[in-house]
Amino acid sequence: MRAKPLAGSPFGGRPTSAQEYGPGLSLLLVTPLVLLLVGGFLYPVGKLFWGSVFVPEATFANYARILQEPLFLLVLCRTFEIAFVVTALALLLGYPVAMAMARVSGRTAMLIAACVLIPLWTSVLVRSYAWIVLLQRNGVVNNALIETGLTGTPLRLLYTQGAVIAAMTQVLLPFMILPIYSVVRNIPDDFVRAARNLGAGSLQAFFRVTLPLSLPGVTAGVLITFILSLGFYITPALVGGPGTLMMSTLIGQQTTELLDWPFAGALAAVLLAATLLLVIVFRRALALNKGFKLG
Amino acid sequence: MANADLVLAERAVREKGHIARNTAALLAAVPIGLILFFLLLPTLIVIPMSVGTSPYIEFPPRGLTFKWYEAYFSDPDWMAATWFSFRIAVATTFTATVIGTLAAVALIRGRLPAKEYLQALTLAPLIVPHIVIAVSLYLFFAPLGLVGNFYGFVIAHSMLAVPYVVITVSAALQRFDPNLELAALNCGATRLQAFFHIVLPNIRPGVAAGAVFAFLASFDEATVAFFISGIEGKTITRKMFEDIDFNLTPVIAAVSTVLTLVSLVLMSRIEIARRRSDHGRRE
Repeated sequence: MRAKPLAGSPFGGRPTSAQEYGPGLSLLLVTPLVLLLVGGFLYPVGKLFWGSVFVPEATFANYARILQEPLFLLVLCRTFEIAFVVTALALLLGYPVAMAMARVSGRTAMLIAACVLIPLWTSVLVRSYAWIVLLQRNGVVNNALIETGLTGTPLRLLYTQGAVIAAMTQVLLPFMILPIYSVVRNIPDDFVRAARNLGAGSLQAFFRVTLPLSLPGVTAGVLITFILSLGFYITPALVGGPGTLMMSTLIGQQTTELLDWPFAGALAAVLLAATLLLVIVFRRALALNKGFKLG
Repeated sequence: MANADLVLAERAVREKGHIARNTAALLAAVPIGLILFFLLLPTLIVIPMSVGTSPYIEFPPRGLTFKWYEAYFSDPDWMAATWFSFRIAVATTFTATVIGTLAAVALIRGRLPAKEYLQALTLAPLIVPHIVIAVSLYLFFAPLGLVGNFYGFVIAHSMLAVPYVVITVSAALQRFDPNLELAALNCGATRLQAFFHIVLPNIRPGVAAGAVFAFLASFDEATVAFFISGIEGKTITRKMFEDIDFNLTPVIAAVSTVLTLVSLVLMSRIEIARRRSDHGRRE
């Protein structure tokens, strides 16, 4: 007899009581998790948002400030702009890699998988630091540019929007590649072969068979990358400068330097609202990734 | 006759296809190689840099030295931060693995009201931006004296790590045949005995993978650690963050290399175990 995926699922018939844990025991088992998540997550986040409206007195002034002051509106727009560019670049770079990973086998497949997984497993802090080393004034990129004669004097690369985009794209690229790969891998080779036999060229077969079938993976990858870019802190904080403030780094600045809690709370609420809206609207597309292990 | 012609024609088409595919593969290999280089370079560049002799960060490094590692291992501040991070990661691994495993059992096998909401709540720390969690926890912990505090960190990191454990253990539980447990119960085992002798050994790979994820989720965690670290209680990631901003020496490259090696060794063990069990199932 095969294991049922979920005891007590509508397809499994009436489960015997021995196969299913009773409500009392289940509740007992799940209580520590609920306590941890309520005490360590829901309550603190709720408290921050409460403070953004009710401290020192009930007002939406903190939220109005985001929309009224041009600087904050600019940061909001820039955050979406950077997230958009990073997602587009990651798709452009990630799609061919995912395709290659799904098509090849043996040692080449292992090699590509290693190139994708090793960065995913490495600390974001380490990778952001590496980008500083690459992009600083006497860094690797500048040295290479001077040696090849492309520039006479070192360029200012670090602390620019370009640096933030390059580093974030590299950090988030595996999150684009893996969902696309997991979908493309399951497209049977026969489909493309059938299209070719029916007279399609390889480009036509790609655009009319492979690409449409890979779209669920693309949607999931795009959403995950976009959501992660919106709230990314470490990389923009280290590689970016005052001219590249994003929502996350602005929240950090308001908290640590200006100690403006209620305003930081309002900014955090806006960032969280944008994230949750995306997750809720696209929850179907994201559910595709449920079995996918998160790095 | 016509049949043989057809076979020949098909073979010709297929061979032509092969040649075209090989050329396409070669043409594709160059850009894909460049993209993989872009992915890998910033991850591995810290390793050669950590053994260069120059006191400034430079690449390619001149000369070979381990003095930056010596500097790291003999600096009491770095050692204190490393030890603090390690203790937090071990405690987090224990807490998150126990809490996450129990909850996964209830979520997969139990009868619970509002199960979907509980599942959504469990995954929430993965979705909510860490900066939001970090600032919230700082505000919550500061008046309680939990900033820079070991227990504060264990609460924060366990909360961040527990979703990974629930995901991996749930996946293992879904593959486990509940009839095995039923058999044990029929043979007179209590629930507790059946769990420890039958269920737990069967879902062990999932629990182990969850524990490794939990360890790394804590040890490599930087955003929340940046905000809830204190002057005394400071994690290795917070110390790194400060030094990158104020004191960019090759010691950071040495520390980065150590962090990277810890991650790679632990994760590749999980990956190898996963592949092995995948193969076992397919055969």
